[in-house]
Amino acid sequence: MDDQTNIRWPDTIYDHFKRAGVRQVGYVPDAGHSRLIQLICRDPEIADVVLTTEEEGIGLVAGAHLGGQRAALLMQSSGVGNCINMFSLIRNCGFPCLVLVTMRGEFAEFNPWQVPMGSITEPVLRLAGFLTYRIDRIEDVDDVVAAGCDMAFDGDQAVAIVLGQRLIGRKRWTK
Amino acid sequence: MNARQTKAPAMLERRQLVKDLLIDRDDLIVVCGLGSATYDVAAAGDHPLNFYLWGAMGGAAMIGLGLALARPERRVAVITGDGEQLMGLGALGTIGVKQPGNLVIVVLDNAHYGETGMQASHTAGGVDLVAVAKACSFADALTLTDAKDIARVRKLLHVGKGPILVNARISNAETPRFLPTRDGHAIKTRFMAAVGSLA
Repeated sequence: MDDQTNIRWPDTIYDHFKRAGVRQVGYVPDAGHSRLIQLICRDPEIADVVLTTEEEGIGLVAGAHLGGQRAALLMQSSGVGNCINMFSLIRNCGFPCLVLVTMRGEFAEFNPWQVPMGSITEPVLRLAGFLTYRIDRIEDVDDVVAAGCDMAFDGDQAVAIVLGQRLIGRKRWTK
Repeated sequence: MNARQTKAPAMLERRQLVKDLLIDRDDLIVVCGLGSATYDVAAAGDHPLNFYLWGAMGGAAMIGLGLALARPERRVAVITGDGEQLMGLGALGTIGVKQPGNLVIVVLDNAHYGETGMQASHTAGGVDLVAVAKACSFADALTLTDAKDIARVRKLLHVGKGPILVNARISNAETPRFLPTRDGHAIKTRFMAAVGSLA
């Protein structure tokens, strides 16, 4: 699978953010999310908040909701591990939360250091109280992201959309 | 014992300081870091615009940032402890990048972890949160040691150009616990009703 043939799926996610009225997006820079990050940074109606670590984003989402705005987080599977204690904020207060997780360490992974966290990402999210929806095929992006936005923002749930490594494509290690 | 116990004697009493900072608070939003900061803010007078934390250590400043971005017309104060802010040191960089003009962080710095047995924190060992905030491009960062400067800091909460960090050197004398509700849903819903953001 090639990155270039799938370049439109981040645009689909962006369209759903706009439809749902997302006004803040927190992210740690990530190759899988690079196109979506670019779209968000170009949008003057969305505050793009680059984080030093993913757990900061959980506080951001909580603060945004308290102030009446919808927020989403973009992170890589490794970042889920950085959030675990901070997830208690979401569960204890019942904040809606939408997280889009790009997977590493699960399919055609060349870097063994990605595997320990990648292999437990989904169970960890579920243990922390998230509903998880997995996408491996580009034709599912539109429907699943739409459903995730509705579940999070209308259904007041913590929702993680897990973007599989088969969707994202192999990381190109050489420039 | 740490090699660098360089801290000057603290002068401020935390309960009185927080009470004085919140005089005539009007519609000031206050996010409280877990532990003594939450007790201090509650003791100054329970208020629906207080968002009390009982956990999520290291998250107070980022909750403040999310609020400050969502409500640019409102003033947001984060009142937290040195240990709580040290756990969220990266957040100071994130806030420095976003430059929210309406956000002020007040660190109640007793250089110790009061909830866990008064172990020394990094600020007792020479870490300077004011210097960190300056290095993170905060619009202003200052140390508060003298009660006569409290009124000036109170004014900063309401009109100072943020982001600002105030490191208040407080005594590490123990204060009685003053416990607001621990029900996160109740705290959230009451806060949102008061700020006008319930759907």
